[in-house]
Amino acid sequence: MPETPAPSILRFENVTVSFDGETVLNDVSFEAFEGESRVILGAAGSGKTVLLKAALGLVRPDSGRVLAFGQDLGAMREAQLFDIRSRIGMLFQESALFDSLNIEENVAYPLINQKSIRCPANEVHARVEEALDFVELGGTLEKFPSELSGGMRRRAAIARAVVTGPPLVLYDSPSAGLDPITAHTIMALLIKERDMAQTTTMLVTHRYQDGNLMANFRYNSKQGRLEPARQQDGPLPRTTFMVLREGRLIFEGDQDRLESSADDYISKFCKRRE
Amino acid sequence: MLDLLKEPVLAVQEFVVLAGKAFRNIFRTPHYTDDIILQMDTIGVGSLVVVVLVGLFSGIVMALQMSRALAQYGEVEKTGTLVAITLARELGPVLTAIMMAGRNSSGIASELGSMKVTEQIDAMRALGTDPIQKLVTPRLEATCFMLPLLTVIADFVGLFGGWVISVVKLHITSRLYWNSAWQALEWNDVAQGLIKPLVFAVVVSLIGCFYGLRTTGGTQGVGRATTQAMVAATIMIFITDVMITEFFVSQGVS
Repeated sequence: MPETPAPSILRFENVTVSFDGETVLNDVSFEAFEGESRVILGAAGSGKTVLLKAALGLVRPDSGRVLAFGQDLGAMREAQLFDIRSRIGMLFQESALFDSLNIEENVAYPLINQKSIRCPANEVHARVEEALDFVELGGTLEKFPSELSGGMRRRAAIARAVVTGPPLVLYDSPSAGLDPITAHTIMALLIKERDMAQTTTMLVTHRYQDGNLMANFRYNSKQGRLEPARQQDGPLPRTTFMVLREGRLIFEGDQDRLESSADDYISKFCKRRE
Repeated sequence: MLDLLKEPVLAVQEFVVLAGKAFRNIFRTPHYTDDIILQMDTIGVGSLVVVVLVGLFSGIVMALQMSRALAQYGEVEKTGTLVAITLARELGPVLTAIMMAGRNSSGIASELGSMKVTEQIDAMRALGTDPIQKLVTPRLEATCFMLPLLTVIADFVGLFGGWVISVVKLHITSRLYWNSAWQALEWNDVAQGLIKPLVFAVVVSLIGCFYGLRTTGGTQGVGRATTQAMVAATIMIFITDVMITEFFVSQGVS
């Protein structure tokens, strides 16, 4: 009996986006399914961030369609998009925490402001604490973003992205600009979120090792760290790699196909499996 | 030629759309009362000292300058009249608004510009908030409330400065000064003196927000937006001032 395919969660149909006459996404089409992990690789300026913003409806395509949870974002008004956005968590490149709010207020922001979440006021504090504990940042509630290190800000921003329990989470270069140890900690949190909350994940990065971790490691909740996936623990969520080059999607497939690609641009990204 | 015009026409169109949304949001929920109060404090109370100083010195200078001109006609005791009329109709609203443009249009543009380049505006949209409702409308409301108040304060302090000069230097009695000042003012002057700051408040706040929200190009872009906002707001204050004054003059009430 054939396996029932997972429902589509995000679909791009021939999406083209341009700014000031310059094309930043060029005829991009793909479909991501529930429970899947997607790793989007590409050089700076290849359109990775714009792709994520288009998935949230923050950027409207000049042509083509973006469908999230089966709904066409291009046909929706800004107010209608808020409902869709409440089901998508987003980690922005530079964290994008609100400078004027402390960490508690930052993490509570989606719980209070997203109408479709409707979190009772007396539960907000507990959920914020829970989200901050998840990213191992308890005890920083009163601090302002400027008082935290880059890695801590990134963790607080992850807490803000996942505090509402969204089924789809988008991460824009979560390890960019961090030292290797902190970058690994951040990746461990992403995989922890994926494995514990069963979220669909889209990870934009220029570091192949981030994608490799996503594809081959799982989070061990007992030991509180990442470990290589073993056969006996069951299959990992499927990880699909995508490569963008100057706005074009030039590769979509699994890690084996990516590593065996003869394309010069692609092979520059995937050095070797760790 | 058409290409040259395209950008300014698009900018005007974007500004009109932003202004339309900002005004429409005044009547829509949610209302961010905390933000309005915070902005009233930042924009209004924060500008109090500079506005008082500008009002005081413009009153002093007006009294000194006018007394010299009036002395030629032996009408020095009319100093209060001239100080009151020039302050209420013109100097009070315009100088206060220019100080607000320098302090607040640029301040708003740099704050919103920094938020734009660090993706905080995108984050706001992603987290279920309309940035115009949350950032622009409270600044518009706060400025519209505070600028007329500050103008009244500047007018009064200016009259006070004129009084000090009249009494100390021109040896006019206090009674004569205040009487001539009081009698010089008509309701149209008061109306003109209050309508102008209201219009200037719209200019100051919306131009600051407009340049802030369209900032691109990192910290350099923030600096550029700040300067552009200040310059554009100042020019627009003078243009709208001419238009309002012309309207009152053509109505025969100036």
